[in-house]
Order: sequence, then C-alpha cells, then structure tokens
Amino acid sequence: MQAEQITAQQAEQPQSELASDPYEYLACDLTRRVLTIRFTHYQKRNALTNDCLAELAAVLEMADGDDNIGAVVLTGGAHCFAAGADLNELASQDAVATWQNPRPQLWQRIDSFSKPLLAAVNGYAFGAGLELVLLCDVVIAAEQTRFGLPEITLGLMPGAGGTQRLSRTVGKSLANQMVLTGMPIDARQACSAGLVSEVTLAALTLERTQQLAVVIASRAPLAVKAAKQALKQVPELPLSQGLKQERQLFSLLAATQDRQEGIDAFFSKRTPKYQGN
Amino acid sequence: MEQTVLYSAEAGVALITLNRPQQLNSFNPEMHQALMASLKQAEADPAVRAIVLIGAGRGFCAGQDLNDRNISADQPMPDLGESIERFYNPLVKKITQLNKPVIAAVNGVAAGAGANLALACDIVIAAQSASFIQAFCKIGLVPDSGGTWILPRLIGPARAKALMLQGNKVSAEQAADWGMIWQCVADDVLASEAMALGQQLATQPTTGLGYIKQALLHSSTNTLEEQLDLERDLQRLAGRTEDYREGVAAFFAKRQPTFKGY
Repeated sequence: MQAEQITAQQAEQPQSELASDPYEYLACDLTRRVLTIRFTHYQKRNALTNDCLAELAAVLEMADGDDNIGAVVLTGGAHCFAAGADLNELASQDAVATWQNPRPQLWQRIDSFSKPLLAAVNGYAFGAGLELVLLCDVVIAAEQTRFGLPEITLGLMPGAGGTQRLSRTVGKSLANQMVLTGMPIDARQACSAGLVSEVTLAALTLERTQQLAVVIASRAPLAVKAAKQALKQVPELPLSQGLKQERQLFSLLAATQDRQEGIDAFFSKRTPKYQGN
Repeated sequence: MEQTVLYSAEAGVALITLNRPQQLNSFNPEMHQALMASLKQAEADPAVRAIVLIGAGRGFCAGQDLNDRNISADQPMPDLGESIERFYNPLVKKITQLNKPVIAAVNGVAAGAGANLALACDIVIAAQSASFIQAFCKIGLVPDSGGTWILPRLIGPARAKALMLQGNKVSAEQAADWGMIWQCVADDVLASEAMALGQQLATQPTTGLGYIKQALLHSSTNTLEEQLDLERDLQRLAGRTEDYREGVAAFFAKRQPTFKGY
C-alpha cells in the first residue's frame, strides 16, 4: 500500500518525492530511471545494523514494484562503503538470540531484488559491507578501495554469504586467504579476481556506476529482468539445467512487445522505445 | 629532544628540513615519523600548495643511519624488509601520491635511500657540490625506496644498472646532464631558487598539477589504452575545477589568471 502511494506521487514528481525520503540510514535519489541509494550514517561508518538492512530491503521492495525504476545503485559516499555489521548489536546476542535474529531474512529480501543492483564502492567494504557488495550484480570501485572479511580477527566468521559467495566469485585460494587471515585486498586485485568489474578514480566511482546503471535502465525491462535471473542462477545450477532455464527465459521474451520494438528499431536505425511489456 | 625535521609554511609553500646535520640527516625512526608527519601536515593544509624538501648542514640525506643496525654475530639476522615496509615505502608512496608538487632541494650528498627519496620528488634541484650515490651495493644490499623503479626510468637501464652495481658517485652536474634531475645550480642560490620555484608553483592550478602527477605516475605501468582512459577521467575532473574556468577566462580576457588551487 505504502509502496503504491510513493509510486503514485512519484509519477507526478519523479525527483522530489524520493529525495525528501523519510529514511534514517539512507538517502535516495531517482534520476533517469536509476535509483541511487546512499548510506548516510557515516559516523558509524555505515555499519549494517538490522535497522539499516531493514530500510534497504524496504526501499528495494518498493523499487522492485516501481516501473519508473530500471536499476539501483548502492553507494556509501566518498570515504567508506560499509564497515560491516554493528559490533554492539552483535555482542549483545547470545546463541539463542543469534539463532532467532531476523537478519538472514533481511539479507534474503535484499537478494531477491529482481532488477539490476550496482555497487559504487569507495574507501572500504568490510565484513557485512563486502557481503552486501557480493549481492550486487555489477561492482565499480575506486583505486584506493579495500575489500575484506575481518570477522575471523574477532573470533567469528562471515555469516551472510561471505564464505560462499566470495569463494564462488574470486575462486578458492584467494577467498580462503581472505576469510582465514581477515586481511583485505585492494581494488586492483579485486578487479583481476572478478569481484569488481571496473576500477575508477575515486571522484568518478559513483558517476561511472550511475552511467552504467542509466544504460541498463534504458534497456527493455523484461529482458533485463530475465537476463539477471539467468545470471543469478549460475552458481545454483549445473550447466545443463542452467542452459535449459536460459532457453526458457529466452523463449519467454519472444512473447514481449519490447522484443519486437528492439528488433524493429535496430533495422530502422532508430533508438528503441521500450514500454516494459 | 632534538627536532629531527623542521617544518614551516609561508606564502603557499611548506618548507620541510631534514635536521640531523651531524649524521648527514640519515634516517632513524624519529626522523621517519617526523618526516611523514610533516608531509601529512602539508598535504592537509589547504594553504600549502607546494612543498620544498631540503637537508640541514652539508648533506641532504645519507639514507639509513647504520648506527641503528646491530648486526654483530651474536644477534639474529635482521629483517630489513620490516623497516622498509614500515617507514621507507610509505614515505615514497606519500611523496608520489601527494596531490601537490614536491620539490627536492639537494644541498649535499644524497646517498642510499636519501638519493632515492630525492628522486621520488617531482622536481629535483641540486647544488653544484651535491652528489647522488646508490651506495647499497657496497654493503651487500639492494637499492630501495623505489630506486630500482625510478632510476632506470630517469636515466635508462644501462646507466642505472652500472650505477647500482658499482655504487659510483654522480655529481649534480652529471645528474642534470643525464636527466636524472631537473637542474644543477650554484651552492649559494640553491635554497632561494628552490623556494622561488615553490612559490611560483604555489600560484598555479594545484588540483590540476596533482592530476598531472597522477597521470605521470601511472604512465610507466599502464598500457596506452589504460593511460588514454586515465587521461580522459582526469581531464573530466580537471574540467570541473574553478581554476580551469579561470584559466580560460583569463586567456580570453588577455589578463593574468588568479588560480585558487581547486
């Protein structure tokens, strides 16, 4: 209901409604079909508390149902993407409380966002911050950025996909080294290992990420969604299953208007006008 | 306690003086920390737009103070890598990545890490009686503080290799002839020339100069394609500075530009 209200108001004023957002940990900006979500609690180094993750999940769910949004960029500002979980929050929980913590559901809600999610990373992405980066589809980082999973140095370990997704992203040896030593890597190494797709100057990280997001948001929405779905299942399925699913999604798009429009526009050498259907 | 590094800032220029003249300004841990602190201070001060590094007394910097190295037979073998990782490498990185021009005024002998620290600066001016020595080979060590990276890029691999394997002393004049340094000047005008250059640079578009440093730092390791991309990105940022606007406006108005450094 609330999401619908925001969407309706936004249709009239696509910029202002999201800019004057009511969030405690985030600031949102919608420009050219790209929603930029910025963490704003710098004094706590953008620590990913449950409340912060809950806000992020709520915004992403809203964005998922909003046709004015084609892609989302996550950023933490110039100096820090996110430093990890909130240690005070973590320390206050015993085994039972940890077992009952709603955190895994929050992560799942964020992971189930169906549109492209891009990360513009400056400074550092540590612990939960890196685990959030691992949920993103495209990652752009500044040269000076460092990525790490320091949980082991505190007598714990990654608990939000860090061991699983990092290993699937950068390969076994580097992932093992990072998880077991807790020592970070820099953006160049992250790029050559496949964690990051492009390294930029710090002052251009957000801009470059937004440029890519604008390009993605200009593509046919259903095709983008189907392609993301096909890509996301890669670590889940054996190749034969993945190929089958890919083919099904491919066939599904044959029924869309936008596919026709895309091909027509190509032959008549004009820019396609996608309707999302 | 003796102040191992002197710092003063005036007219946009930070003057940093290595100050252990009795030991030819060789490095001990205190001087390392003081030099790094001075560089950080100059970096953080928006009023500072150029830095001059000079040595007190008759030497510029003799590198590592060997009195700090106990290598008698009853001691375990030292880990020299540790002091490089902790002190020398961060210094070289700080100087090369600092987004303001750093001038080395080499007033006397620059040996070992002292030579390579000077060569890591953006513009090197040396007094006629100054000299540069890659002294490492004479005590069984490898040139550090970026020497093996920067020297072949300055004077070519043939000269760099011969100097590093023999440890020859290179006069300031020879260094200038080879292109190892920018300029060799008379002893008595070194300080004033270096300060004048610093003051002149301090009136220039500092942010743009920082971008030039950044572009050149990467140019010897980037491919042409990577470097073209870097130039594009840096130009994108440079084009958004107020100094660029001022520079173009002054050009069309046929007047002297007044740059603010951002």
